[in-house]
Amino acid sequence: MAAGVAAWLPFARAAAIGWMPVANLPMPVAPTEKNKRQDELIILNVSGRRFQTWRNTLDRYPDTLLGSSEKEFFYNEETREYFFDRDPDVFRSILNFYRTGKLHYPRYECISAYDEELAFFGIIPEIISDCCYEEYKDRKRENAERLMDDNEDNKDCKLPNMTFRETMWRAFENPHTSTMALVFYYVTGFFIAVSVITNVVETVPCGATPNQKDMPCGERYTEAFFCMDTACVMIFTVEYLMRLFAAPSRYRFIRSVMSIIDVVAILPYYIGLVMTNNEDVSGAFVTLRVFRVFRIFKFSRHSQGLRILGYTLKSCASELGFLLFSLTMAIIIFATVMFYAEKGSTSSKFTSIPASFWYTIVTMTTLGYGDMVPKTIAGKIFGSICSLSGVLVIALPVPVIVSNFSRIYHQNQRADKRRAQKVQKARLARMRISKTGSSSAFLHSKRNGLLNESLELTQLPYKMNISHQSCSEDGQKLSKTMSLLESQHHHLLHCLEKTTNHEFMDEQLYEQSYLETALQSYPSRSPSLSSQGLTGTCCSRRAKKSSQLPNASAATSGLQELSAINIQCGDPPLSTSRSSLNMRPDDPPRLNCQSGQITTAIISIPTPPATTPDGDGHTLPNPSVQNIVKVSAL
Amino acid sequence: SLCKKPEYVQGEIITNGSKRSLRARLMKLLPCSGAKKPAAQTQNSVEDELELSAVRHRPEGLEQLEAQTRFSRKELQILYRGFKNECPSGVVNEDTFKDIYSQFFPQGDASTYAHFLFNAFDTDHNGSVSFEDFVMGLSILLRGSVQEKLNWAFNLYDINKDGYITKEEMLDIMKAIYDMMGKCTYPILKEETPRQHVEIFFQKMDKNKDGVVTIDEFIDCCQNDENIMRSMQLFENVI
Repeated sequence: MAAGVAAWLPFARAAAIGWMPVANLPMPVAPTEKNKRQDELIILNVSGRRFQTWRNTLDRYPDTLLGSSEKEFFYNEETREYFFDRDPDVFRSILNFYRTGKLHYPRYECISAYDEELAFFGIIPEIISDCCYEEYKDRKRENAERLMDDNEDNKDCKLPNMTFRETMWRAFENPHTSTMALVFYYVTGFFIAVSVITNVVETVPCGATPNQKDMPCGERYTEAFFCMDTACVMIFTVEYLMRLFAAPSRYRFIRSVMSIIDVVAILPYYIGLVMTNNEDVSGAFVTLRVFRVFRIFKFSRHSQGLRILGYTLKSCASELGFLLFSLTMAIIIFATVMFYAEKGSTSSKFTSIPASFWYTIVTMTTLGYGDMVPKTIAGKIFGSICSLSGVLVIALPVPVIVSNFSRIYHQNQRADKRRAQKVQKARLARMRISKTGSSSAFLHSKRNGLLNESLELTQLPYKMNISHQSCSEDGQKLSKTMSLLESQHHHLLHCLEKTTNHEFMDEQLYEQSYLETALQSYPSRSPSLSSQGLTGTCCSRRAKKSSQLPNASAATSGLQELSAINIQCGDPPLSTSRSSLNMRPDDPPRLNCQSGQITTAIISIPTPPATTPDGDGHTLPNPSVQNIVKVSAL
Repeated sequence: SLCKKPEYVQGEIITNGSKRSLRARLMKLLPCSGAKKPAAQTQNSVEDELELSAVRHRPEGLEQLEAQTRFSRKELQILYRGFKNECPSGVVNEDTFKDIYSQFFPQGDASTYAHFLFNAFDTDHNGSVSFEDFVMGLSILLRGSVQEKLNWAFNLYDINKDGYITKEEMLDIMKAIYDMMGKCTYPILKEETPRQHVEIFFQKMDKNKDGVVTIDEFIDCCQNDENIMRSMQLFENVI
């Protein structure tokens, strides 16, 4: 139950009167407040600053320090107040939590000091309300990162039990871990640069010799360039194979982008080796050499910025697609218009619409080469409209891409996004657990038989007169373990159960029993059930686990059956059950209180579930009970 | 006295609908079309919104409430503090009501029953429950005579307040109660359980078998049923 609405519990209980005329079963007796004390103000002295609040306010959260009896340790007899030697500023937020049900994080507070106070007062940080939770988490993450950065230098020392393979992989990924790795890093970088420069210089025309005309250096110094190329490719191949060997997951490594780039960079060379110098395939061979330029992408291992750029382009795929699409539309429109506008003019360069594409693109991107210009007036008008609109169309998606890039770049500086998601999931899970704790609290207390005592059937007055005293005392003894609020709430839920003649169940048990019910068949119920005076409720479960299967067996209670319901019928098993109820010293008074019940035995405990067999020597249950039996046996 | 009537402002947020004339659209294109008219409108709507959100309600004085209900001063104080804590504006509307009530029944869905309860508490049917309504209702439920309580219960069941409880009304109420149990129950809730329960109820209550239960039949029958009479006294000491 949300403690914030504890004040409305009296209302909810009063509203339960709406169920009473509808219910067929008698209601349990309400828990009484033994010492009905008036709500009192208590004084909390935190390092000299006095806070005052109602005792009820603090009782709302019984699993914190202030809400439980733990605060009695801090009670000061002389001054009749509770003294805490803690920070009064943070205590303000904590006390507000009790008052309003929302925990806020003040931004000026240090995160670790706040955490300490929360831990001291027994409050979990997950219930910080949404308005302050993001801030709290951000600060916490920053703090953790700061601490982590300090530790990271220590972490980079070699762990003694790393295999050679792991060492190698680490050397590849973090070049600054060891000198060897650094050397390797720079060497590969150098060779990448050499390879790229070689490719470029290859095509530069060297000086003309007297006997031959100008030819590119590549054709002049073929062997030299071939040797350089071979050397670079050898280095790259060795590097690739080493990475492949060291990778923790080879399959994943092969699929990664960097390895594909590596392969594409060195493949043309090998293909070139294999292929002969045929005239037919030389065209294809030339094309292959183009792929050598991909070696430049190997630099992205060396540059963080390049990687981010690549990631940005990937993540802005939709914006880029939009840009492309809108450009294409505009190009087609304007090209068509220009073509028809210039169709009339003589010696026009606009020979077809695709030919006009070139003009449109050059104009829209404001390049304006001038190799194609409109000559008619209409053409010039449309041409100017084209160039104006080109500026607009291109200017629109670009800021989006830019902002994306900057966002990703900054995000890369902070902690991993995935870790944040996991934390969010954990937080929601913990909050869900604390919320379902309320419902499971009721089931839990039922299971522990705490409701036994308060399970008074309010039907027979003379029984009440005799036994009410003793029963209520027992009830009070046990309800001490639960706060009054909880016991009242449980009583309310119990009344609902009686009204509808069904009971609440744990979700897992429900799943279990639902499956087994589907398999179980009803004929297994013994027909003798309805003839005996049984009421359709069961509450006294004493064992640890409870699984409720409608597996009727009129067995005696001494069974060690797993998950079977024992239906205690009237007199015959009375003696056995009573004698075996040696756990319960207060049984005799309870006999007066309750009539027979269906009890669910739980598992392997030799002592049976506590039952109160039907009254021996008491009058027969009145006809209303019989009617009830018939209903429940449905 | 401190008596103040609640101010319920039925504010209409003036929306500048999308049905603007062609002329208006053209005017907007020209640079001289100042947004004078829309400004006035938005200002009105802003004021309306402010007023809506600032609906406050102060209850009548303590002495008056003491006279009208059967609670003592101290009890009224405790009730008001709890009430105001949850609803700082002084009135609770149906959604808040449903929300609060649902927190007591985490396993099931208490919103339907809360809806019926809300209608039973909201005696003047103005869509919100003020502290006076709240306390009057509680006074009947907790301190009233058995006759009054049964009257209240009848009023709760009689959804359309026509003086008769029909089977359909009872079925709605019954379904709402069973909804509060949720899904995970033992024995498993079947579709016809509420209907059967309604049948039993009508068998008991409808003496002349005319298909409806009148207030006299209801009170008569309840007074003859010991269980019900006893359970009516159950919540005497709630405050």
